[in-house]
Amino acid sequence: MAYMKKELGLLTLLTLPFISSADWLDVNMPVGVTDISEEVFGLHMLMFWIMIAIGVVVFGVLFYAMWKYRRSNNKTAADFEENHKLEIAWTVVPTIILILMALPASSLLKKMYDHEAEEGGIDIQVIGWQWKWQYKYLDEKVGDKPLSFFSNLTTPSDQYETNQATKGENYLLEVDEEVVVPINTPIRFLITSNDVIHSWYMSDFAVKQDAIPGFINVAKTTINEPGVYRGNCTELCGERHAYMPVVVRAVKQDEYQDWLQSKKDAAEQVAFLTEKDWTLAELMEQGEEIYNTRCAACHQMNGAGIPGFYPALAGSDLVLYDKPKHIEILMEGVRGSQMQSFAEQLNEVEMASVITFTRQSWGNDRAGDGEIVIPKDIVEYKQKDS
Amino acid sequence: MSAVVESHDHHHGPKKGLLRWLFTTNHKDIGTLYLWFSFLMFLTGGAMAMGIRAELFEPGLQLMDPIRYNQLVTMHGLIMIFGGVMPAFVGLANWLIPMQIGAPDMALPRMNNLSFWLLPAAFTILLSTAFMEGGMPGFGWTFYAPLSTNYPNIAYFVFAIHIMGISSIMGSINVIVTIMNMRAPGLSLMKMPLFVWSWLITAYLLIAVMPVLAGAVTMLLMDAYFGTSFFDAAGGGDPVLFQHIFWFFGHPEVYIMILPAFGITSHIISTFSRKPLFGHSSMVYAMVSIAVLSFVVWAHHMFTVGMPLVAELFFMWATMLIAIPTGVKVFNWVATIFKGSITYETPMLFAIAFVVLFTIGGFSGLMLAITPADFQYHDTYFVVAHFHYVLVPGAVFSIMAAVYYWLPKWTGNMYDEKMGKLHFWLSFIGVNVTFFPQHFVGLAGMPRRYADYALQFAEWNAVSSIGAFLFGLSQLLFLYIIVKAVMAGKKATPEVWDGARGLEWTVDSPAPYHTFEVPPKITEQTKL
Repeated sequence: MAYMKKELGLLTLLTLPFISSADWLDVNMPVGVTDISEEVFGLHMLMFWIMIAIGVVVFGVLFYAMWKYRRSNNKTAADFEENHKLEIAWTVVPTIILILMALPASSLLKKMYDHEAEEGGIDIQVIGWQWKWQYKYLDEKVGDKPLSFFSNLTTPSDQYETNQATKGENYLLEVDEEVVVPINTPIRFLITSNDVIHSWYMSDFAVKQDAIPGFINVAKTTINEPGVYRGNCTELCGERHAYMPVVVRAVKQDEYQDWLQSKKDAAEQVAFLTEKDWTLAELMEQGEEIYNTRCAACHQMNGAGIPGFYPALAGSDLVLYDKPKHIEILMEGVRGSQMQSFAEQLNEVEMASVITFTRQSWGNDRAGDGEIVIPKDIVEYKQKDS
Repeated sequence: MSAVVESHDHHHGPKKGLLRWLFTTNHKDIGTLYLWFSFLMFLTGGAMAMGIRAELFEPGLQLMDPIRYNQLVTMHGLIMIFGGVMPAFVGLANWLIPMQIGAPDMALPRMNNLSFWLLPAAFTILLSTAFMEGGMPGFGWTFYAPLSTNYPNIAYFVFAIHIMGISSIMGSINVIVTIMNMRAPGLSLMKMPLFVWSWLITAYLLIAVMPVLAGAVTMLLMDAYFGTSFFDAAGGGDPVLFQHIFWFFGHPEVYIMILPAFGITSHIISTFSRKPLFGHSSMVYAMVSIAVLSFVVWAHHMFTVGMPLVAELFFMWATMLIAIPTGVKVFNWVATIFKGSITYETPMLFAIAFVVLFTIGGFSGLMLAITPADFQYHDTYFVVAHFHYVLVPGAVFSIMAAVYYWLPKWTGNMYDEKMGKLHFWLSFIGVNVTFFPQHFVGLAGMPRRYADYALQFAEWNAVSSIGAFLFGLSQLLFLYIIVKAVMAGKKATPEVWDGARGLEWTVDSPAPYHTFEVPPKITEQTKL
């Protein structure tokens, strides 16, 4: 992947290897990997060539007239102001062209609006959060709940914030948990949001549906080719709008079944871990990792927050002295703010370790009561709740 | 004797000093104020755009964090629309409408003064958020709820929008009253120059939709501070309702920013082709059709919100219909040029670039109307390329064309033609280098309003940024040319342009402080 290094900048622009890089040719819509996306591509190209044809005729006449009737070539101008036949023609002909464009577009749209569930199909609920996606496999149960996970950006911040590290091939298009789906199976994405409006965009499937709180939008797709497909959020959703990619891994049916089983097994492991005795060091290590991927975007790496937007955690009275409230905020979120509930996003172990991490970092351990939180505390909180 | 002359002058001439500008009720002074204000805003919004393009020069965050980036994107949009393009057109309206219809001034001169001076107040409020904790609005100029309802300093934004709206509504009332009541005897509506026509229609659009915008921001304010849930799903509200209200304002707003450009272009093309405009009345009907259609196409901005199939089909078809009257206008301009005797002074260059590049923006607009394909285009750089093609080489080029065209009438001096042509070519190249590659990255899937992007888009973004710097910096040349022409230059004749039509060319250059105190008589022979 050609990428312009900061130091080279403009100089690189003028060099041949840069110009011959393949990305220069990446100038059109992808054909995609579904029947619908291929049809959309076809429609797009049809429209494109119609526009080119109209452009050639209109601009052709314009440029010809500009050249032919320049003053040095034509001293006296004509003074006609109307030509009814011509005017009728250039109203009627475009109308006919438009009707011819509307017909295939309308029938394809009708096809894309088939949202019915199909025999053997699967339903995946997609929930937009600031700034990550949650996926719930509605047909697959873990205990009494559907299989669910969050998909967070994994590109390390030193690749984009400080630009110290070399950017990887899938820069900003890589996540910790990909959505794994089977090929040749009708999949319905049921798209909604937990906070502001997001939009789930996967160009290779020709799917773009807004994720709106209080609404469930449906996008149905059947993927023909196995592969990893990468997309984005396409509705401005706040600060880290550019940092919540969509990654779908399409696999054969048996691989999909294996993957489902491994996800279910992993979920059962967590219950066992809450019983374990955790040391401070273990909690801190896991807590730091979670803090950096889930919390640092707003509260910053140094816990200082961003004044006016995100409160500081370092030196905050709540973090220093109020352990029960601290747990409650992470579990329930803060209504009317961008602080969301992490109850579904983090399991008991992760929750305890990230709270412990914030209570022990940036001098908070010396300044406050220094109480740590263990997974059992979270389990108790949940039991009290129910 | 001399004392008598002085007091005579005083009575008819402008006041001296700064108070002249503060208290003026003269349409020419107010037009000048509007134009300079919009130029200042154009440079401010342009500087923000260059900040945006500098950040996007390469992947990664180099110059600013995403909060700042979103603020620049938002303020760039708000400033260019409400501070740049709209006031520039109002400035032109103030200067030209009375002179083109043979009226001594606008009908409501004191209100005219107030509607201008509200604007600096509104933008001071809006920009003051830059110095506050939480900073400027960062939710995009479309301020979709519920992102905007939870944003800091939103009350300042809402208040600023209200003031801008009041200013626009007052300006529109003034335009309508002036055109309806103060035309010179014999100047029937269908004889009226097209710039005046385009503004009459625009003024009605403004009066129709500005209150809708005011409603939208008020509901937002209520949601943010008074505990209502218009747009909050958790309280039984509807976030999509916001988008319907916003775009019911927003789409006519788009035509508010282009109809006066149609008027300007028609005058300039006719003048430099030395030929009457082809199809004067069909131009009027086309503008009226576009204005009426603008009220029934708003949801094409919302194809991905999950509307029912019938709604999607209706808005697709209605949007496609706009291509017909717009096509008629383009064909009429081409027919005006046809068999003319054409010269290519700076205003003509800008006007022809307008026709060509606006049409390219129209092509991408028609593609965007095709709903199935729009699922791919929506909210990508393809959309950014589309609306910048209709707004920059569209609306902004028409304003530049107008400035070059009427500047000799305003100042009495010819501008520097060589410099003007240089400014045109730098702008023309800059605009295309900036926005054409955005079609490519958009089709390849790059979403808009991204502070940072995947590596595959790096090359064309770098090109786009270089173009943006070229375009942005060339505007300093524009400033230089204008200042130079205001100070000195070859004296302009009353007619200025060989082949110019219209009443404004019958008065001296520079136009006296008061014109048409006695209305001119319009006869069959008057060249309009």
